[in-house]
Amino acid sequence: MAQINITNVSKIYAGGVEAVKSVSIDIADGEFIVLVGPSGCGKSTLLRMVAGLETISKGTVEIGDRIVNDVEPAERDIAMVFQNYALYPHMTVYDNLAYGLKNRGTPKAEIDARVAEAARMLQLEQYLDRKPRALSGGQRQRVAMGRAIVRKPAAFLFDEPLSNLDAKLRVSMRGEIKQLQKRLGTTSLYVTHDQLEAMTLADRLVVLNGGEIEQIGRPLDVYHTPASTFVASFIGSPAMNLVRANREGNRLHLGSQIIEADRLSSLPTDLTVGIRAEDLRLANPGEQSLTLKIGYVEELGAQRLVHGTIDGKQLTAALSPEIELGDTIALTIAPSRLHFFDTTTGKRLVLALDTPDTGRQAVNKLQAAIG
Amino acid sequence: MQRVKLFNHFILLMGVFIMVGPLVVALMTSSHEAADIHRNGLSLLPGGHFVETYTKVLTKEGGFTGKITGLRMMMNSLILGIGFAVGKIALSMLAAYALVYFRFRFATILFWMIFTTLLLPLEVRILPSYEVMNTLHLTNTYTGLIVPLLASATGTFYFRQFFKSIPDELLEAARIDGAGPFKFFIDVIVPLSKTMMAAIFIIMFVYGWNQYLWPTLMTTDESFFTLVRGIKQILLVWVGSNIPDYNEAFALAILAMVPPVMIVMIFQRWFIKGLTESDK
Repeated sequence: MAQINITNVSKIYAGGVEAVKSVSIDIADGEFIVLVGPSGCGKSTLLRMVAGLETISKGTVEIGDRIVNDVEPAERDIAMVFQNYALYPHMTVYDNLAYGLKNRGTPKAEIDARVAEAARMLQLEQYLDRKPRALSGGQRQRVAMGRAIVRKPAAFLFDEPLSNLDAKLRVSMRGEIKQLQKRLGTTSLYVTHDQLEAMTLADRLVVLNGGEIEQIGRPLDVYHTPASTFVASFIGSPAMNLVRANREGNRLHLGSQIIEADRLSSLPTDLTVGIRAEDLRLANPGEQSLTLKIGYVEELGAQRLVHGTIDGKQLTAALSPEIELGDTIALTIAPSRLHFFDTTTGKRLVLALDTPDTGRQAVNKLQAAIG
Repeated sequence: MQRVKLFNHFILLMGVFIMVGPLVVALMTSSHEAADIHRNGLSLLPGGHFVETYTKVLTKEGGFTGKITGLRMMMNSLILGIGFAVGKIALSMLAAYALVYFRFRFATILFWMIFTTLLLPLEVRILPSYEVMNTLHLTNTYTGLIVPLLASATGTFYFRQFFKSIPDELLEAARIDGAGPFKFFIDVIVPLSKTMMAAIFIIMFVYGWNQYLWPTLMTTDESFFTLVRGIKQILLVWVGSNIPDYNEAFALAILAMVPPVMIVMIFQRWFIKGLTESDK
């Protein structure tokens, strides 16, 4: 149990390439932090610097009030779960779990007890004598988790641990990881490129882009108030629609089509409007609406993703499958659901109408209701 | 489909005939008496002196000093072959481990320097090597026979390629598990390399077993003679009207083949795995 403080950490490779640019994250004790971003955004490099597998070019990493920049990985009191599991292929499951403890001179009886406990937690008891190659992907993943658990470390580091599993197993393992982390209360740092994984697992998620932090926040905060067009397009599926628009007074011109809303006057005249596919709904007759020319439709069962164009601009709407579709469809959106971004910097534009806390308030209410 | 199969069998049978034929002739001929062979040439039928010849070859004290038996020669060959194989594996594994896992300057250049020595056969450096061993007074010792030939570019190369195929995450997991370089080598690298070691063992054992030039140069004491040298020795006895002991030479040749064949048969499963299996 420990907090982790990452302060102004940079990674500069020999060729002068800066993979991580002065990143600072404070992770509270017991918190589950997910680093998410596209490949090459520096998320794995950051994790590996915390683990001690990469040297830290600049800045400091503290684990439990101790600066660990020059501490060997084994001495950092962390455990890591790798994408390809990295189980020792020639050792049995038991030996895989026990290896780290043996190297630390843990007494035999305690090793036995800890391995048995981890095996029970992960339902690996009947596989302890098997070699990793005789296990399925999910079981191997569990062994990798077990290897981390038996050590009882200050922090777990996960490097895309579910990427090698099939979709169904990924969902169930995701649930198991979440439950396990809650039960053990161990500080965790988790790297993934899968925004769904990030949303579902994280207490707070850190969106990285090009080695820099785009946004840190609770999953729903990030979802409801993305700090930039990058976050908006990365978090949420389908990605948020981003449409260039011109503002005249309180009217937004999306090509020839118009959305009217109040109090837009603080916005620049040229801006990017963000519209979540699921915020679009069928317009009632007489309501202000956007006419979507339907291109193609993806059926998801519970939802139907309608891809089309509004005056030549790509747009996706998530609609109920009951709605009948013609060549075009009239859609509308509550003005409070609109997101505005600067066209050049991509940063979120805040206006009086924008209530950044709607999402959080909703969550708070919900959490209060659940208890 | 049937015809293709028949043709395949034909090719295989041809292969077997060409490979095994001479051995059968040697084996059969060795069971005749020397005079018989001298008169009638090689034979395809057993001659009835099988046990006699082989017992004689293995136990008769022969050679110039009359002190060396076939068994002794066989033991020398075994010592040479096993010493060779084990030494080469140990040395080239450590060299490859250093080349792959330790980042030191010039590692690549060093590797290519080692690798290019592959092009130099033993014969090129045989005189300097002899000179060194002679100065160290290591002629007529097993050390002198084995040590100068231990450095192996082939072995280093194979192990280097194999180590490179081991995923980096394994090293990282071991580092987090608190295993230092030595522990990682013993606990992870060595067990994973088993099949590779078996493959190299076979190659190097046969190589060591078949050495002729180097042992000839290094040993004058007959108690260090190897089987391969012994065969040659028998045929050298052209004294007076003596008929060379063809039967004994053939018997020795057959005996000289047995241990390498056995080694290959025992290790062949690992051998094939070692040369074909990538990581896992």
